[in-house]
Formats: sequence, C-alpha cells, structure tokens
Amino acid sequence: MNERNESIHGVACTFRSPSDVFHAAEKVRDAGWKSWDVHTPFPIHGMDQAMGLPRSKVPRLTLLGGVTGFITGCLLTWFMNSYDYPLVVGGKPFWSPIFPFPVMYECTILFAAFGTFFGQFILNRLPRHHHPLFDLPQFARTSDDTFMIVLEARDKNFHLDESRNFLLSLGGQEITVIRE
Amino acid sequence: MAHAPEHSTNRPEILDRVNPAELPRSKLILNDRGFHWITDKVCGIVEEPTPLWWKVTFVAALFIASFTGAGLFYLVSTGTGTWGLRSPVGWGWAIVNFVFWVGIGHAGTLISAILCLLRQKWRTSINRAAEAMTIFAVMCAGIFPLFHVGRVWFAWWLFPLPNQNGIWPQFRSPLEWDVFAVSTYFTVSTLFWYMGMVPDLGAIRDRAKTWWRKAFYSVLALGWRGGNRQWSNFEMAYLLLAGLSTPLVLSVHTIVSFDFAVSNVPGWHTTIFPPYFVAGAIFSGFAMVLTLMLPLRAIYRLHDVINQYHIDNMCKIILATGTMVGYAYATEFFIAAYSGNAYEKFAFVNRAFGQYAWAYWIMVSCNVITPQLFWFKKIRENHSLVWIICLFVNVGMWFERFVITVTSLANDYLPSSWGYYSPTIVDIFTFFGTFGFFSVLFLLFVRFLPLLPMAEVKMVAPQADPHAH
Repeated sequence: MNERNESIHGVACTFRSPSDVFHAAEKVRDAGWKSWDVHTPFPIHGMDQAMGLPRSKVPRLTLLGGVTGFITGCLLTWFMNSYDYPLVVGGKPFWSPIFPFPVMYECTILFAAFGTFFGQFILNRLPRHHHPLFDLPQFARTSDDTFMIVLEARDKNFHLDESRNFLLSLGGQEITVIRE
Repeated sequence: MAHAPEHSTNRPEILDRVNPAELPRSKLILNDRGFHWITDKVCGIVEEPTPLWWKVTFVAALFIASFTGAGLFYLVSTGTGTWGLRSPVGWGWAIVNFVFWVGIGHAGTLISAILCLLRQKWRTSINRAAEAMTIFAVMCAGIFPLFHVGRVWFAWWLFPLPNQNGIWPQFRSPLEWDVFAVSTYFTVSTLFWYMGMVPDLGAIRDRAKTWWRKAFYSVLALGWRGGNRQWSNFEMAYLLLAGLSTPLVLSVHTIVSFDFAVSNVPGWHTTIFPPYFVAGAIFSGFAMVLTLMLPLRAIYRLHDVINQYHIDNMCKIILATGTMVGYAYATEFFIAAYSGNAYEKFAFVNRAFGQYAWAYWIMVSCNVITPQLFWFKKIRENHSLVWIICLFVNVGMWFERFVITVTSLANDYLPSSWGYYSPTIVDIFTFFGTFGFFSVLFLLFVRFLPLLPMAEVKMVAPQADPHAH
C-alpha cells in the first residue's frame, strides 16, 4: 500500500494448467484479496467458489426484463384491441388474458432475453476496448491455453514486491507488472 | 482425486459379487488433443487464405440465391396471381416453405438450449454451427409470409405500429401470434448465438496479425478479457438464455401449428398438431445439421472433435423423432376414424389414397421408413449413407408440410369447390433460391466466424477439470 504507484495496474502471473491456477486462486482468496481476477480460456468448473465470488446478479435483470415484457404484452394487446380501437371479433370480450396469451408469452421471453443479454454485458462492464491487460504480450495467450492470475494495485493487500513473491510461491510461471 | 478413496470405502458389497462391466464414457475429443490444438484448429479456419472450394461454392450459392431474387421481383412487379394460389387452395408453397425452414431452425435451438439444460456435453462441438443454421433458416422462412401478404410494402402493418388507417393488429389471429413468435425467436436466437461467440471472437482477436483483422474482431469481441468475474456472469447468462430459449422454441412451432389447428378445416383442426409439429421440426433440423456438418467435418478435418459418438447421437435423435412423427401420422388416422366426423375421416383417407397420394407416400417413406435404418450401427458408421438418409428426411419433411397444407384445402367440405393445386415456375424459383440464400449466409459464417465454440469444447476436455491429475 505504502509503495503503491499510481501508474501500476497490478501484477500478472501465468499458470500452466487449470488445476495449478485453481489451487493458486484458493490461496489468493484465503489471503483476503478483493481486487483480483483469474483469466482463463474457458470457464473452469468450481472457480467461482475457489475465488469466493458471490452468485452472479444476471438473474435479477432477467426477472426485471421478464416482468416488464409480460406487462408490455398485456398493455399492448389491451390498448390496441380494447381501448384505442375496440375490435369486435365474433362478439367476444374486447380483451381477456386468454386470447392474446401467445403475444404476452413471447413478449415475456423477448424482454427477459434482453435483460439477460444486456445485463450480462453491463455487469461485465463491456464493451471496453482499452484495458491495461491488452498491452501485456502474455495476455493474448489466455484465450488459448494459458491461465493467469492478476492482482490489482487498488487492493489494500497490494505491495509490488510482496505480491510478486506471493504469486511465485503459488507456483506461478511468468510474473509481469502491468502498467496503466 | 479427493473423492476416489471415499468412493472405494463406500463401495457396496454387491458390486464385488456381481462384478459389473466397466462402461467407459465415450470420448468427446479424440487423440488427447490439447487446448492449443483446439484454438489452432478453429482459428485456422478463419485465418487461412480463402480456399478454392469456398470461392466456387460461394459463387454457386450466389447464383442459386438469385433465383429467389428473380422470383420475388417478378412476383412484386406483376402480382400475387403469378403464384399457383387460387380457390380453393389459398395457402400453397409459401406456407409450406415457411414451415419447412422454421422447422429446420429448431434443431439449432434444441442443441444450444435444451441439450445445454440436460447437460449433454457432446452438444458443444456442433452447437455453434447449428445455431447459425437456426438463424439463417429463420431468415429464409421469413421471406415467405413477408411476400405472401401480397402488398409487401405494407408488411409492417403486421407489427404493432401506428399506421395511417388508425387500426391495430388483431391479436385473436394465430397469424399475428406467429409474427410475435417468429420475430422473438429470431431475435433471441441471434442474441444467444452472438453472446456465446464473444469469448471465441476474443480468441481470434488475440491471434490477429493484420490490423484490419484485429480491428474487425476487436469490435465484435467487445473487449472480452476472459476473467473469471466475467465468466461467472457469462455462464449465468448463458444458462438463463438456454432456459428462455427452451420454452421459446417449443412455443414457436406450437404457434406455427396453431396457424392450421385453430382453423376449422378438416385435417387441420386437431389437438395433436403442437407436439407433432415440434417433433417434426427437431427431426428435420437434425437432418439438416448432419447434412451441413458431415461435409464441413471432412473438409476441415474435424474428426477429433466431431467424432462417431456425436454422429451416433444425432442419428439416434433423428430415429427417435422420426418414429414420433410416424406415431403422430398413425394417431391422426385413428382419431379421424374415432371422431365419427365424416369430413375428418375423408380428409385422411383422401391424403393417403386421393389425388395427392403420391405426395403422402413420399412423405411416409422418407420420414417414417428411411430413419429406421439408423437402428443399425453399420449404417450410422457409413457417413455417406447417413448424409443421403438425411437428405431423404429433408425431402420428406418438406412433403409433410405440403401434404398437410394442400390436401386439406384442395378437398374440404364441398365437392363442388374442390380443385388441384400445382405451383408455378415463380413458386419454384423462389423456393429453390432460398437454398442459395441460406448457403451464402452459412458460407460467410464458416469463413469469418468461429465454426466451433472453442471455449466450450475446451471446457469438456478431460484436462479442463481442475481436480484432474
């Protein structure tokens, strides 16, 4: 903390296998780190627990989208066929929840999908095309077959030399300092 | 392996006495291919110089697609009379082709969504291409109702938008439900497909050498970094989209079948239609997946990731759904006989032995008899034969829609108004061209986007398990 340099984003360290990075992540979590991440080419099973991450908040946005969609479907059919231009079809009621149900159903799914899709990108803070990590040559391989733990400088545990040694003690391969 | 010793101590005694056979799980990835091999293989398809076969096929596909252009141009500039539609058959090839293409799309969603919820790991290597197939098939399907409205420049009246007449769509019509179902299906499938592709686009971006490639894939990848905080939200969203797509895909073909079932025409007014249409859709869609994947697998040498196990599974799904479709045909006959309704009985006897009997028997032989060959392992292992059987299924499923649509309308209640429907050359051109349109889109997908979901294939590799040693 005391030696914290504003131009440093953090320290990155590569690992060879999913099992190496998994066990290293458990140790980082136990050391009390908050601002850190594990970059992997694919989601590793159980990594959320190994990192101590809480459950994703995407379902809340899905629910919000779904409820909005259902209400939209109800209002749309009611407004159009019953309120704005009451339409007589076979002498039946202008609006009931039964006949436009397919429309309400599809609207529910459509808006829930929007909630999920945009919710995922909003929660992941994407799109973001500039990030200090993209300047790191090793980072390009984390979408291929390399695994990487990044400890960020904004964490209160961060101390350049200590964090470097900490990563080495976890069995890391190649350690690099990430500049902003 | 922390669990292994526990397992051996808790092993029930009975197992020692009965000596059960070892049933190893089929391998999803052969030859112990590593993560880097998968990246190289999939990115290589996009990175290699455009192969000759691609150029030739692309030009051919464009040429075939121009038939749809010509058909539609002639239709719009001359009038809907150029299609073979006249009393009593007001629904002809346009609806047949629409249902055919939408049905094809359904296998993609089945693979991406339903098999995901069922934790079928084999879906991963065919998932991306099947989803692309869904989207392009729905685009082909959309052409037909769009132009069937007659004055295509008023097609936007189908949507709940204010227009100069001051009236709104009528939500009691199944055709209006269809507008919502198919447009939702297209949108959600596209979102699901694209979201699943973002990490793989990131992988192509990370390997890009030329600046335009880097720029193109950077924009598409949205700056994906593959951090586990991102994966956590991504996986949750993926699961939720799968959960949303499952009721969606079932509802889409249910609503398509409502176009028929909600009417009062003999042969259409049946409650079996929704499940029967959904089974048929999955049946035809899987046939199309195999029709596309078998040649791609051979061209790009994807034998290690799309192996016999995958092909076996798809053949078995075709066998199961084909048998369901055959069962539905039999049930229709039984219910018609059991109903005591003279018109209903006539409709079915007329299908099998009337003026369209030729179409009916093409349908039965392609859809019910041909897939039964997949009971035999030898046949499932002969990929040329599998490909040919799948073509038969595609033909059979097109004829199913033709039989349902046309036989019921051509011979309904009043014999005095009966007729015989045949398509015109404009109908034929328009439909033939959609195969070109579909191929153009699919070839562009193969060339520029990751054909296999790399991240998902890596995920099912044995070395991806963090507890493996």
